[in-house]
Amino acid sequence: MLLGRVVGEVWATAKDSKVENMTFLLVRGMRPDRSLEGGYVVAVDAVGAGLGEIVLVAQGSSARQSELTQGRPVDAVIMAILDDVRAEDRDWASFDESGAEL
Amino acid sequence: MRICRIAGSVHATVKDASLEGERILLAQPLSLDGEAEGAPLLAVDRADAGVGDHVLLMKEGGSARLILDDENSPVQCVVVAVVDHWAHEGKVFP
Amino acid sequence: MHLARVIGDAHATVKDPMVTAAKMLLIHPIDGSREFTGHPLVAVDMVGAGPGEIVFYTTAYEAVIPWKRLHPDVPMALIDAGIIGIVDRIDVEGVPS
Repeated sequence: MLLGRVVGEVWATAKDSKVENMTFLLVRGMRPDRSLEGGYVVAVDAVGAGLGEIVLVAQGSSARQSELTQGRPVDAVIMAILDDVRAEDRDWASFDESGAEL
Repeated sequence: MRICRIAGSVHATVKDASLEGERILLAQPLSLDGEAEGAPLLAVDRADAGVGDHVLLMKEGGSARLILDDENSPVQCVVVAVVDHWAHEGKVFP
Repeated sequence: MHLARVIGDAHATVKDPMVTAAKMLLIHPIDGSREFTGHPLVAVDMVGAGPGEIVFYTTAYEAVIPWKRLHPDVPMALIDAGIIGIVDRIDVEGVPS
């Protein structure tokens, strides 16, 4: 699973009927020091995630295992909003966005 | 999925049977700030997209087969939506 | 799926039994302006492509699907790139067809 941060949202009116009623969020991967990876995914939101939240994203065929995405054409799904992550005994909350320790 | 911009189209007479009658578009992947990023991809159109449109590109084969409703399609990329706009770091694109 | 130009072919006497009939071409990915990009690779030809032609190819499991259709007796094949179309024309804004 990809550990990432929600950095934006996508709006699309004209779309294939199989991807209707989905919220598309932009998620960038996050390193243990809270700095963001260069790449991003457009992920379907299955848990009601919001901008800035740290989330878990399942990718590939696993993305079709959630209740919302079962059997639907989805290659990335936000499956959890993380409350707390600890890396090497330090809480991620002790780092700022740029990766510097608070 | 990735945000892409449609750069053009490709025409082919000799092609896999599952591509018969499908529009094939050339999609340029974009960064979150709308800059071209990486090589363009070929995708089947399922959103009536045209040149210059910003789109969502599904680039996973299993999802592509579900959208095309064809278990035996070798297609990996499908344009599934035309993007009205997207927001990133407080700015709205395109 | 990607665009590429056929720049050669590859022959192997010893190969996996599931792909003994495979015609292997050397292709180099191109962009919308027909400029080479990335690195050349070997792909199995499913459509009868020839040297110099612009083609498109698919990768991963999607490359096995057309091979299985051509060879119904083969349950799986060691193929990770397959040519599935020969390009007649590319229309890109600002680039002559």
